Amino acid sequence: MTTRTVKFSIYRFDPEKDAKPYMKDYTVDLGPSDHKLLDALVKLKVVDDSVSFRRSCREGVCGSDAMNINGRNGLACVTNIDDLKQPIQIRPLPGLPVIRDLIVDMTQFFKQYHSIKPYVVNDTPAPDRERLQSQEDRKELDGLYECILCACCSTSCPSFWWNPDKFVGPAGLLAAYRFIADTRDTATNERLDNLEDPYRLFRCHTIMNCVDVCPKELNPTKAIGKIKDLMVKRMA
Amino acid sequence: MVNRQVVGAHYGLRDWLVQRVTAVIMLVYAVGIVAFLLLASDAGYAAWQQLFSCTWVKVLTTVTVAALLWHAWVGLRDIWMDYVQPVGLRLTLHVLTILWLVASFIYSIHVVWGA
Repeated sequence: MTTRTVKFSIYRFDPEKDAKPYMKDYTVDLGPSDHKLLDALVKLKVVDDSVSFRRSCREGVCGSDAMNINGRNGLACVTNIDDLKQPIQIRPLPGLPVIRDLIVDMTQFFKQYHSIKPYVVNDTPAPDRERLQSQEDRKELDGLYECILCACCSTSCPSFWWNPDKFVGPAGLLAAYRFIADTRDTATNERLDNLEDPYRLFRCHTIMNCVDVCPKELNPTKAIGKIKDLMVKRMA
Repeated sequence: MVNRQVVGAHYGLRDWLVQRVTAVIMLVYAVGIVAFLLLASDAGYAAWQQLFSCTWVKVLTTVTVAALLWHAWVGLRDIWMDYVQPVGLRLTLHVLTILWLVASFIYSIHVVWGA
């Protein structure tokens, strides 16, 4: 059986040791069952155990191993090695502070996510069992609820790079629409008020990098458009 | 002053709508001018002068210039908001932009409605 090798160029930065970041080259031998980029990165840990990255479920559900792969954000665990041009350039998600190597500080990202109140708000008395939805109403949430908060979209959005403290970002706005669209939620007006701001929502210039990189093939731009439609409907 | 992050200006939709409406006005005017160019391809100075001597052409031109400048205001302010972080500098740029756009509008009135 032939051994496959894969060449990497990996962003390295340890703030305790390095004055500035640098790219380091590696060559890794792959086994027959190594198909995804994460498999190769795990093998790379054997070559150099100081390389740091996040990972967890290894099947595109947890969103931990989001990184910039050959200039494009994606999840290492669902990216085929054979589809990538070598040497594979791996960098941390752009626009967020680097903690170490491929690990970024996602505080700002989650702060924006929390700012849209990502939960159903309903002040009416709770029913005995559960708040029911019709199948049609439930269908509205398809393409919204699947977001795994990997931050691939927000960190590929130039508007989020320039104003991460003020612009909610595509992931947060997708989640915002997920709750605006939810028929069980009664805070639609407050949610729209919260987003009616030149920074929070209207920094989106429909660049659509978010749609391009989403590993779950979701469409934050469409959700943002629907929020704007509702605002127009409310005003006109 | 405590360095608090403040958002919630409660505007943004109007500007976003204005940008779209003014774009449509400019498109309609541009189509009109292109149609004139095609229909009267041999038009000389006299024909153009005659066209722009009609009051309704002047009114439409002024409306389009106003739409263009309003559109430019929203777009330019977007650039300042995206890239200029210090509030003082950003406000200064906003004011300079407004002055330039207002001056351009006054000049356009002079050109379109002047003798």
